[in-house]
Amino acid sequence: MANEHNHIISTIVEHKPGVLYTVANLFRRRNFNIENISVGPAEEVGLARMTITVRGDDRTIEQVVKQLNKLIDVIKVTRLDPDHIVTRELALIKVNAPNPKVRSDLINYADIFRARVVDVSSESLMVEITGTSDKVDAFIDIMKPFGVKEVARTGITALSRGAKSAKMEE
Amino acid sequence: MAKMSGAKALIESWKRENVEVIFGISGGALLPIHDILYDSGIRHILARHEQGAAHAADGYARVSGRAGVCMATSGPGATNLVTGIANAYLDSSPVIAFTGQVNTYSATSSYMIGRDAFQEADIIGITTPITKYNFQVKSASEIPKAVQMTFHIATTGRPGPCLVDIPKNTQTEIGEMDFSDKVQIRGYKPNIEPHPVQVKKAVKLLLEAERPIVLAGGGTISANASPELLQIAELLMMPVTTTFMGKGCFPEKHPLSIGNIGMHGTRVANKVILEADVLLAVGTRFQDRSTGTLDDFCPDAKIIHIDIDAGEIGKNVDVEVPIVADAKATLRLIHQQLVSKLRQRENSPWFNRVKELKDKFLSEMDSSKDNLKPANLLKTLRKILPENAIIATEVGQNQMWAALHFQALKPRTFISSGGLGTMGFGFPASLGAKVACPSCPVVDIAGDGSFRMTEQELGTSVTEDIPVIVVVLNNSMLGMVAQWQRLFYNRKYAAVKLGSVPDFVKLAEAYGAQGFRARSLEEFSNAMKKALKNEVTTVIDIPISPEDNVFPMVPPGKGLKDTIAGM
Ligand SMILES: Cc1ncc(C[n+]2csc(CCOP(=O)(O)OP(=O)(O)O)c2C)c(N)n1
Repeated sequence: MANEHNHIISTIVEHKPGVLYTVANLFRRRNFNIENISVGPAEEVGLARMTITVRGDDRTIEQVVKQLNKLIDVIKVTRLDPDHIVTRELALIKVNAPNPKVRSDLINYADIFRARVVDVSSESLMVEITGTSDKVDAFIDIMKPFGVKEVARTGITALSRGAKSAKMEE
Repeated sequence: MAKMSGAKALIESWKRENVEVIFGISGGALLPIHDILYDSGIRHILARHEQGAAHAADGYARVSGRAGVCMATSGPGATNLVTGIANAYLDSSPVIAFTGQVNTYSATSSYMIGRDAFQEADIIGITTPITKYNFQVKSASEIPKAVQMTFHIATTGRPGPCLVDIPKNTQTEIGEMDFSDKVQIRGYKPNIEPHPVQVKKAVKLLLEAERPIVLAGGGTISANASPELLQIAELLMMPVTTTFMGKGCFPEKHPLSIGNIGMHGTRVANKVILEADVLLAVGTRFQDRSTGTLDDFCPDAKIIHIDIDAGEIGKNVDVEVPIVADAKATLRLIHQQLVSKLRQRENSPWFNRVKELKDKFLSEMDSSKDNLKPANLLKTLRKILPENAIIATEVGQNQMWAALHFQALKPRTFISSGGLGTMGFGFPASLGAKVACPSCPVVDIAGDGSFRMTEQELGTSVTEDIPVIVVVLNNSMLGMVAQWQRLFYNRKYAAVKLGSVPDFVKLAEAYGAQGFRARSLEEFSNAMKKALKNEVTTVIDIPISPEDNVFPMVPPGKGLKDTIAGM
């Protein structure tokens, strides 16, 4: 459909079993598309932050926000403004590295991307990279010719810039 | 704080919520609860199928305006509730289901959650998409809070069903119980008071309107906003149409009432809304059955939309003035401001136009002399029944005939499965209705197909002494489906012929109920009068033509302007 974009929605939820299921179920049931989701504890004990990337037009995203707000275990929902946001994703990439020449090539690339080598074996290297999803994509593309054995990505997490917060207010 | 078992705490919590009655069926995973419930003074009504128990709780809730409670054992008991819970969800009814569950933990056997134990079903997983909130108890001491939370959540804001799943070991476990908590739920704060700026805007629009109209939905009834609605409508002389769920919120005898809108709305409602310039929509979700195709729905009207659920605003139609708040509070404010700016309107050109259309369509209505035409039966029924009588309906033609031809005069006197369209809802719901209002005559308008789905509750009705009247409009068909086949599928009657079994009179008698067969309006009146007088469960079987259609009708995929009056 036209006017479809990725939007990032930051939600604060009760940190308890079943919440992820409830949220995921809402998306499935209402025919919303999750592109990406990351979950972890938030700033306060007992709360978790879910950062959800959704694809859709404005009307759909407005519905996503309203429907999320209706869930009892969802405490706060904020649609992040793409112009005032920091997004990051972390990836671990295991690449074939059968000889010293390849290893040093890989390490050079990693340096350029400010990625770090975090594990080495006689056959492979594991590289850790953090950045926007575009940067992670680009780095994986460059690794491909070497033979990528495994990739693990966390999904996007994000916060809005500046003093404004999508935090729990009293 | 007090020490007691989970089962005791549950019953204590129910008492604190003023629960009078629970509809349900027992089973292994409920034994500790029933052991305490038995001596508690709370009435347990034993249903014959858990679906019936859920619908009965729903009927109770709709008539009383309070939470309706049902209970079932783990596994199949719980899954049998599912249709009833989904039904309550789509009609925003505060049903609270309690289910037994296998143990959270067992040191001696595999009778525990996650092991596919005997009668284990993941009812939390199953009901997540059809409950407003659900909760699985993990230890006995969580029970008081779980009950408080679910009653609060189910009955406030936009009402909806909740479920509490109670593992058997937590029923017997002794815990420290804290009943004192006032519910504090961080993620749940329904907005009651309307935003003053939005109210002002609404008032301005209404004052400027030349052809205003009200569209009142089920939310008007849940908010008990009928008196306020009546005041505004009369002040502005504005016609009122209701959605199917809103039927009853405005007295249908009133000169300003133009009946239901939508697929089987009245011709006058489906016409008047096309001419309106301002639409005051109250507690409605603009569902497809009400609006028809959206482009042709009130094309010239600016919409004011009052709903307590922000998610309904802008979901289906774009609105000029959204107001997220309680309908009663909002209408009261709107009325206050209108009164200060306006004298009682007299006959406006708009009112005259509405009246002209209303009279015209009324005069064109099929006034067949054929005694057993559903319209005649339902009009006769209205004459026989007092104002406070409660009508439940099944689903199909019977339901739409009832909506079109039986005038509802008060809120909470017309209850029907609008959202899910659940055949078999009406009869058990009528039992719940009767329990909620023992002094009200309760009649279920049924089709023979629907009645078959939950007729076993005749057992409940008779043994528990809950006398209701079932009027079976018996066309020996799944009539509404047959109607669509007649109109859109070349009369190919596939999978709709029920035959003329059972004999509903004998069926009633087999249960110890009263059965009558009515072959004329007069026989129908007599049977009704006997049923009302005797106050025993009664089934009145009325053979009607399998060829009868419900009209008017907006064909599927069409707009309100395409309403057809008949064949
Ligand atoms: C549980 C369920 N199953 C199937 C349907 C589909 N359906 C809608 S109306 C209808 C026919 C209802 O027949 P009956 O109860 O005899 O009423 P009538 O239309 O003849 O008045 C059917 C099968 C439904 N609404 N609910």
